[in-house]
Amino acid sequence: MTAGAGDTQVLTALHVLEYPYKRSVGPVIGRFLTGLRDKKLEGIRGSDGRVIVPPVEYDPQTAAELSEFVAVGPAGLVTTWAWIAEPRPNNPLKKPFAWALIRLDGADTALLHAVDAGDERAMKTGMRVKPRWREERTGHILDIECFEPEA
Amino acid sequence: MSDPVEIIQTPIRLEYNYTPGVARSRFLNGLAEGRILGERCERCHKVYVGGGSGACPRDGIPMTEVVELPHVGTVTTFCVVNMPFAGSTVEIPYTTAAILLDGADIPLTSLLQEVQAADVRMGMRVEAVWAPEAERGPSSDSIRYWRPTGDPDAPIDDVLKRMRADA
Repeated sequence: MTAGAGDTQVLTALHVLEYPYKRSVGPVIGRFLTGLRDKKLEGIRGSDGRVIVPPVEYDPQTAAELSEFVAVGPAGLVTTWAWIAEPRPNNPLKKPFAWALIRLDGADTALLHAVDAGDERAMKTGMRVKPRWREERTGHILDIECFEPEA
Repeated sequence: MSDPVEIIQTPIRLEYNYTPGVARSRFLNGLAEGRILGERCERCHKVYVGGGSGACPRDGIPMTEVVELPHVGTVTTFCVVNMPFAGSTVEIPYTTAAILLDGADIPLTSLLQEVQAADVRMGMRVEAVWAPEAERGPSSDSIRYWRPTGDPDAPIDDVLKRMRADA
């Protein structure tokens, strides 16, 4: 028998690779996530006075440990965004939406989240958005189902 | 539920279509028929099996001759698995062995059963235990596992020499 391609049915199969990772979140992100469960949004104050959201454990400039939590939001403004016309299976929304950086009121940095604006033409840099909370919250970033236009 | 959040689940999932190409497809289709198919390199005459690329790894040329191999071989090396892991369905401890089929020049890696891990040794003669015909498919699961034949061990030095690139 010769080894040409002609007599061989070339196979194809769907493969799934999945790792059910758990990670420990540490005291600062842990507090942020715990707050989400209670519909509270918190950032942390850096050494230069800026409020960083989501909070970080160490100062971006000095690497000093940070501990001053600051309530922010819940609404904020979109600083930049990208429209997702065809959501992928693991995206937070099943219909077209925007990934956006959202600077919550009182914050100096922006948080990445989904915005449900219905239509790409409704998206604008600088638009105001507010969180849409899930009924059942577990202490996860998706306790906010998405953000939506404030008005 | 007022405990602070300390742990979160962050699953990572990737779905993709895998195509094994011509040589590995032939190997897998062979398993569905209860056959073990390898290829021989016309230059070095070595027989490769296990679904490689279809090119000789030494000479870098396409292999042209399909070789049907017997379902018996020799353990060249093995690993005793004592740690359970997600997705594994085999009871621990178990042994994974590299099995050099008679007539092949590269071993297959597969599961050994019907033998205590402590009794496995290099040179042990083993045979394939196939899934029932109706349950076979183009998958390595068509061979359920390998088990000792009970025959005397093969002289391991000769077996290992056969796998050397310059043999």
